[in-house]
Amino acid sequence: MEEGLLVRRIREGTVVDHIPPGRAIAVLKVLGLWPPRPNGHRIAVVFNAESRKMGRKDIVKVEGYHVGEAESRAIALVAPTATINVIRNGVVERKWKAEPPEEVEGLLSCPNPTCISRKPGEPIKPRMRLRSREPLEYRCVYCGTPVRGGDVERYLTV
Amino acid sequence: MGGFRVLESFRGRDVISILDFTRRELEELFEVADEAWKLARARPLRGRILALAFFEPSTRTRMSFESAMKRLGGETLLVAGEEAISVAKGENLADTVRMLDAYSDAIVIRHRFEGAALYAAEIAESPVINAGDGRQHHPTQAMLDLYTITKLFGGVDGLTIGVLGDLRYGRAAASFLLGLTLFKPRMVYLISPPQLRPRRELLDELKSRGLRFQEAELADVLEELDILYVTRIQRERFPDPSEYEKVRGSYRVTLDMLERQAKRELKVLHPLPRVDEIDYRVDGSRFQAYFTQARLGVPLRMALLMGVLGGEA
Repeated sequence: MEEGLLVRRIREGTVVDHIPPGRAIAVLKVLGLWPPRPNGHRIAVVFNAESRKMGRKDIVKVEGYHVGEAESRAIALVAPTATINVIRNGVVERKWKAEPPEEVEGLLSCPNPTCISRKPGEPIKPRMRLRSREPLEYRCVYCGTPVRGGDVERYLTV
Repeated sequence: MGGFRVLESFRGRDVISILDFTRRELEELFEVADEAWKLARARPLRGRILALAFFEPSTRTRMSFESAMKRLGGETLLVAGEEAISVAKGENLADTVRMLDAYSDAIVIRHRFEGAALYAAEIAESPVINAGDGRQHHPTQAMLDLYTITKLFGGVDGLTIGVLGDLRYGRAAASFLLGLTLFKPRMVYLISPPQLRPRRELLDELKSRGLRFQEAELADVLEELDILYVTRIQRERFPDPSEYEKVRGSYRVTLDMLERQAKRELKVLHPLPRVDEIDYRVDGSRFQAYFTQARLGVPLRMALLMGVLGGEA
């Protein structure tokens, strides 16, 4: 791995690779790891690494943190090309491509200011349903307002 | 008294969007609406209570629900205007809905926030009927529009329909268009000032449901139309009042226009209230069907309430 020159391999944790350039921080945000906490996980972020497939890419390595299926779906919201590598005992135990979730609850807010999910004081979580993978588009379950592609990051609640 | 059951598949159901229903279900609903006055004689909803929660002004829809419930022997509880209820004291919608759920057998709700009816339905155990949520849905209006057309023309299939007006903010027009996707009109023309064109989501939905439609100018298509469905500009939903000023009065249907260009059998519909979109001279003409449409709202809602509340006598 090219970035091996910059950051040492991890023995336990997760490598999120093939992140579209500039999205690494968004990935950390959906994982709840941004901003980093003192005494928190050791995290390495590589921006604009060379990639044969993508030209440039970002990479995130988190030590001591194993990303699960549900979290990988959240990652797909902001980094649809990402691959997740879960590492245990120094070997890649599982590697998969993040797929956007069919429905997201509480993670994406609705852009429509008169959507009931935006009404202050209501015990309601925004819910968005996947309408299209390519291009990525979600629609609000309550009011039908779309959130498309690059706008997804803008409406992340994390 | 012999028991009767109507509209089995409607029982206990929420009515949020016109697309919650199939064509067959709507046709069954229309059949019951045809019999509504006869069925009402037995007062099938005696002892039942319908809550009318109108957080936005309404006369027609509210009174037509109220009339329908009372004709069926039922009672209504009315909460109207945000100031009239605890909302003004800071109570949220969720708590108001819980209270209404406890006091009534079904809840009719109108609210200026899109999605309010779905949210209420998630909270309430009783069925919730959407009487308009912001600019999104107004399913019972669409039902009565389609019922009116069925009464006038024997069905919706094969008709050429023009929908004129505020297709961007108008929930009645949006629900009517979605309702048309359940049928097979020959062609639907969308006629609106450029600022009031339908939102892309609505156009996507019409397209993906296979409706034959295109955007057009009224003068170019008027002679083809069987139905001209006119709507008011939704002043209250304009994010910017100056935008409203730019489009107000931008379209108007006159008797001269209709006599010159329209088919003799053309009928003009309008969900009402109108502002100045239809010349008053159309009222007494053979083209007028909007008052008929308003009147049919009562039997249609009677049929719906009998279905949802499981009317048995």
